[in-house]
Amino acid sequence: MKKQITLLTTTALLLLSLPFSSFAQTAEERGLEIAKEIDRRDTGWGDQMTTTIMTLRNKQGDESVRENTMRTMEVEGDGDKSLIIFNTPTDVKGTKFLSHTHALKNDDQWLYLPALKRIKRVSSSNKSGPFMGSEFAYEDISSQEVEKYTYKYLKDESIDGRDSFLIERIPAYKKSGYKRQLVWVDKEYYQPLKIEFYDRKNSHLKTLMYYDYKQYLGKFWRTNRMEMQNHQTGKSTTLAWKGYKFNNRFKSRDFDKRALKKTR
Amino acid sequence: MRIHNYFVFIILFSVINFSVIAGEFSGNISAELKAFKNEAQLDEQEQFYGSLAFQPEFFHDFSDGDQRITFTGFGRYSPANESRNHVDIRELFWSYFSDDWELRAGIRKVFWGVTESQHLVDIINQTDTLEGFDGEEKLGQPMLHLSWFQDWGTTEFFVLPGFRKREFSSEDARLRPPFLIESSDALYESDAEEKHVDLAIRWTHVLGDWDVGFSHFYGTNREPRLILDPSLINMPQTFIGTQPIKLVPYYDIINQTGLDVQATLDNWLWKAEAIYRSGMSEDFYATTIGLEYSFFDIQSTGVDIGLVLEHLYDDRGTESTNPFENDIMTGFRLALNDEQSTEALFGVIQDINGDASILSVEASRRLGEQFKLIIEGLLFTETNENDFMHNFRSDDYIQIELAYYF
Repeated sequence: MKKQITLLTTTALLLLSLPFSSFAQTAEERGLEIAKEIDRRDTGWGDQMTTTIMTLRNKQGDESVRENTMRTMEVEGDGDKSLIIFNTPTDVKGTKFLSHTHALKNDDQWLYLPALKRIKRVSSSNKSGPFMGSEFAYEDISSQEVEKYTYKYLKDESIDGRDSFLIERIPAYKKSGYKRQLVWVDKEYYQPLKIEFYDRKNSHLKTLMYYDYKQYLGKFWRTNRMEMQNHQTGKSTTLAWKGYKFNNRFKSRDFDKRALKKTR
Repeated sequence: MRIHNYFVFIILFSVINFSVIAGEFSGNISAELKAFKNEAQLDEQEQFYGSLAFQPEFFHDFSDGDQRITFTGFGRYSPANESRNHVDIRELFWSYFSDDWELRAGIRKVFWGVTESQHLVDIINQTDTLEGFDGEEKLGQPMLHLSWFQDWGTTEFFVLPGFRKREFSSEDARLRPPFLIESSDALYESDAEEKHVDLAIRWTHVLGDWDVGFSHFYGTNREPRLILDPSLINMPQTFIGTQPIKLVPYYDIINQTGLDVQATLDNWLWKAEAIYRSGMSEDFYATTIGLEYSFFDIQSTGVDIGLVLEHLYDDRGTESTNPFENDIMTGFRLALNDEQSTEALFGVIQDINGDASILSVEASRRLGEQFKLIIEGLLFTETNENDFMHNFRSDDYIQIELAYYF
């Protein structure tokens, strides 16, 4: 009998200790843990190339389309490197944007202007400004590094029937246009399903929805369509990703100033 | 290379390429109207000029992208100013890409430098003076160009056979001095004249926030001295008086060392260009030193404003072949970052010693998906007779251009 009680007590203690350990974790620690897990699961993809089609829509519903080719190379221990080639509108065709992103220090950015054959190093302080006139800010399309935010886990919630973690993140880098973001992270993909952006005055500015996740290389989840709605202006942008291509064997030299002139 | 050779090239090239592949073609067609505020000061000048321009572009990659052929043509038709009619091969070259080096051979355009108000270091291509007062448009230059990439920087070697002369405005053009400059009677220091083979070397590197370039050029000066036509000097004094003043360009063989640096620090761009040139009557140096500060996404509107300040200096002072011997350029750049990419650049170049100044404005906006409207204006103010810009005192203009891009 006594022995049984001991067993029961031990079991009870064991059972108690399980939830207890997670209760000991603060919401901030839990948030950071999720962010690190997102990063861990999305490490090792190497490089990728895609065509992006942005459809800009104003309040009246008038549409305007921009097509770009985007090459990205993963840099472990630092932000990724990317090269964006503008294909349309035709007046900016051949314009290229090279970016070496960093977690907290300024990104390095260069612009190639084909008419003048000129490479310009540009200031990367522009975080909150619109990318190509769209509802996506530069900071929205930049490489997402763990150190860029501080995190707080809020609760579990389901989005369109998919289980997700709801976390709040606050930009840790300078000149962000946002006070905070609410991110719904899919529990299976460990990728965002929805992000709500709150401006510096903490009012709801934009909502971004991610659709059509597909798995590549048997491991990495990628969205095929993003919808950004600006609630303050009524404008929206659809960002469609076409033809993800991995294992391009990109090297650093494909993301330096020579690549700005060479790559078509 | 003569114009008729160009035509042969264009035709041959078009035939080859149309048969190869479509889809790598692009380019633009534009129509412009230039209106001068004042009536012409000189005979044969007009107040309004209309013209059309065409710029076809093509590239084709082969052998797994290791090689490429690139072509950019240009042509302008200007009925009221016939000397502005011209065609040029801006680019027609072959490229070979290896891991550590790249070789390019043919006619090309190359840009060197960082500043906005003038481009001192940029010496490879001749300026296409028929295209604009600002000197931003360049003629194609035949070259053999080897780039070599190492951890300690990129080193480029240029062999430049064949010199492109600078064209000067004819009688029917505005924005010209009251005397004629006869481009076709150009004189050269070198016995090889325009066949002198020029050489250049350039090293560039990125060191954190700093982009640095160091270059040396040996060969025919792109910027000629203007001298009195020697054929007139030998004529009897009485006869000269009856002739209009005619100047001819004289092209020295020069050595020019150039340095260009830009530091990109948060919202600041710090820029400097310097050249030292020898081979003309006197050695000299010239500099452009300046900065640019940008305010991004003002009041969360997406609008950017940039302020530019540059000091232009030429050691030769009033002897300079360059009008900017000691001037300050103030610029104001506006970008709305809207769907139509509306942009404007206002600039003032003010002479520190004199009172001459130039005001310029350039604005553009996309119309629909494939058209672009570009407005450009120049205003010359308070010029005194000793300043070169005095020649243009009644040449204030506004230009409207509509371009179609394909």
